[in-house]
Amino acid sequence: MTKFSDLTRLPDSRGHFGPYGGRFVSETLSFALEELEKTYQSLRDDPDFQAEFDYDLAHYVGRPSPLYHAERWSSHLGGAQIWLKREDLNHTGAHKVNNTIGQALLAKKGGKPRVIAETGAGQHGVATATVAARLGLKCDIYMGAEDVERQKLNVYRMHLLGANVIPVESGSRTLKDAMNEALRDWVTNVDDTFYIIGTVAGPHPYPMLVRDFNAVVGREARRQSLEQIGRLPDALIACVGGGSNAMGLFYPFVEDDDVLMYGVEAGGDGVETGRHAAPLTANAPRGVLHGNRTYLMSDEGGQIADTHSISAGLDYPGVGPEHALWKDVGRVQYVAANDDKVLEAFRELTRMEGIMPALESAHALAHAKVLAPTMRPDQHIVVNLSGRGDKDILTVAKIDGVNF
Amino acid sequence: MNRIDQRFAALKEQGRTALIPYITAGDPSPDYTVTYMHALVEAGADIIELGIPFSDPMADGPVIQKACERALKYNTRLSHIFGMVREFRRQDSETPVVLMGYLNPIERLGYQAFAEQAAESGVDGVLVVDMPPEEADEIAPLFKEHRLQSIFLVAPTTSEARAATICAHGEGYLYYVSLKGVTGAATLDVEAVDRQLDVLRKLTGLPLCVGFGIRDGASAAAVGKVADGVIVGSALVSRIAEGCERPDSVAEELKEVLGEMRQALDA
Repeated sequence: MTKFSDLTRLPDSRGHFGPYGGRFVSETLSFALEELEKTYQSLRDDPDFQAEFDYDLAHYVGRPSPLYHAERWSSHLGGAQIWLKREDLNHTGAHKVNNTIGQALLAKKGGKPRVIAETGAGQHGVATATVAARLGLKCDIYMGAEDVERQKLNVYRMHLLGANVIPVESGSRTLKDAMNEALRDWVTNVDDTFYIIGTVAGPHPYPMLVRDFNAVVGREARRQSLEQIGRLPDALIACVGGGSNAMGLFYPFVEDDDVLMYGVEAGGDGVETGRHAAPLTANAPRGVLHGNRTYLMSDEGGQIADTHSISAGLDYPGVGPEHALWKDVGRVQYVAANDDKVLEAFRELTRMEGIMPALESAHALAHAKVLAPTMRPDQHIVVNLSGRGDKDILTVAKIDGVNF
Repeated sequence: MNRIDQRFAALKEQGRTALIPYITAGDPSPDYTVTYMHALVEAGADIIELGIPFSDPMADGPVIQKACERALKYNTRLSHIFGMVREFRRQDSETPVVLMGYLNPIERLGYQAFAEQAAESGVDGVLVVDMPPEEADEIAPLFKEHRLQSIFLVAPTTSEARAATICAHGEGYLYYVSLKGVTGAATLDVEAVDRQLDVLRKLTGLPLCVGFGIRDGASAAAVGKVADGVIVGSALVSRIAEGCERPDSVAEELKEVLGEMRQALDA
């Protein structure tokens, strides 16, 4: 028994993580969610299903991803040793594919000929379009119109993969609106459509199954740390929007009380300015959106607040319910990195290690820059490099005043 | 007895079908909501469903989404909506009012405060679209304490086991969502609705009201033959949208649209 061992027994049978999570959906979707939960419960411990999942991860995604010692950057920062969990090297370039492989298998078992997904930065959309192409499923991707604009490369990748990208013009035209629209689609087409949610949010059982499919990241990192460092790391760092890559890295370490964990939210212009996407760091009130209760940025009347982040993938007013609980019980410390620090970390890693991180992952790197110098050189930090930065080149070029 | 139960008891005695219009509070501006509510009653409304505007109405189609946007331009929030119901009650102490919306505004105000203020202002029932009975165990006792009826949705996808749970928790009436999809969507299959209402009748004595897909007298009459009540939303809200530059004249149009349905139902 360790201090936090109860945390691995969640969610409860109704999908609750303490006061968070749940299944707050309109009645039309209840049946589909019950069905999905049953399918998943019957398959999660099925060796054949696990074998199929593991096979795809090994031969299609290219797992295990390396744990890379960023020696030059570590010595530059002058403190702890930084190890990068290279999810950027996965097929499609981010951790997102771990989950879409898993959910596509569920769609296949459920006999659904069509999949839909929401996407922010486009990584989840690309990962969904990829597995849909492989399985011959019809694929529609909802993406906020603003994100379609700032992530043009990924939009075109999805087109090439045969997916239909639907720009969402309602609301703030970002990730949350894409999720609203995907839910509307699912309500209408629930008979023949599987909704591949991209993060550890949404109604039960999504936070649980997205966590389970991404937990391969943490299992590998734990094993690799023992092999390469000779012991568990002192700290883990990952960025948190909805929180799927952080959940994937952290979950297998939850009971290791000595491993500190830092979830890095999007500070935007600064949490104090209100222009951010950091509900946990800002102590946003509890609320309900997209099927679960969590920390949620909303105004006094309960209307969902506009968020701001340089990275489309973190531009979301809520956060996965399990993270909300982990904040409350003190298992993970949630902090924010502002846009300017994120860009600095993006440039620094690119120049010093020849690895161009996604702007989302650069949030985790920005916090590593803060944390590492406070630690000794014989201490170790594992940072989840959740995605590669190719998709962000246009965004960074624009900031640099370069037009193609 | 709650106003909703009273109304259904009276309708049953008269052999009539309930006509339940929906409008979004604060649409096109908060000044008109009470006027429209009275107009709907004049045209034959038995119960009024008053929508709480929400920034992210996931179960609604574009018509209601835009209504929410218009209302939110004036920052219409629950405190204003309670004020509207209070004002409505000055002239109308009989027509039941049901608040319908999403959970987050209620959660933000606080369940206790919401229940107290809703009851005090003259609200009779509450339908929270994204709160199925399984998630209502905290708020339900507060509603009971304040004599607010909990109204729940039943969908074509609802299993019989779930329907039994919903019927056990539901009060006032059951809102049967006649088709898969968001509000304002396509046409409905009355025979399929009839079959599913038969299943529900074996589970509950609650009045069964049907919403989604009712747009005119003919569709209202067709559904009215098989249901205890018909709910009409998008057909009215699109009139408000078309007339949002001349909101004064919309009250008459709402009366026309609803009046035609009333006549068709009573014929």
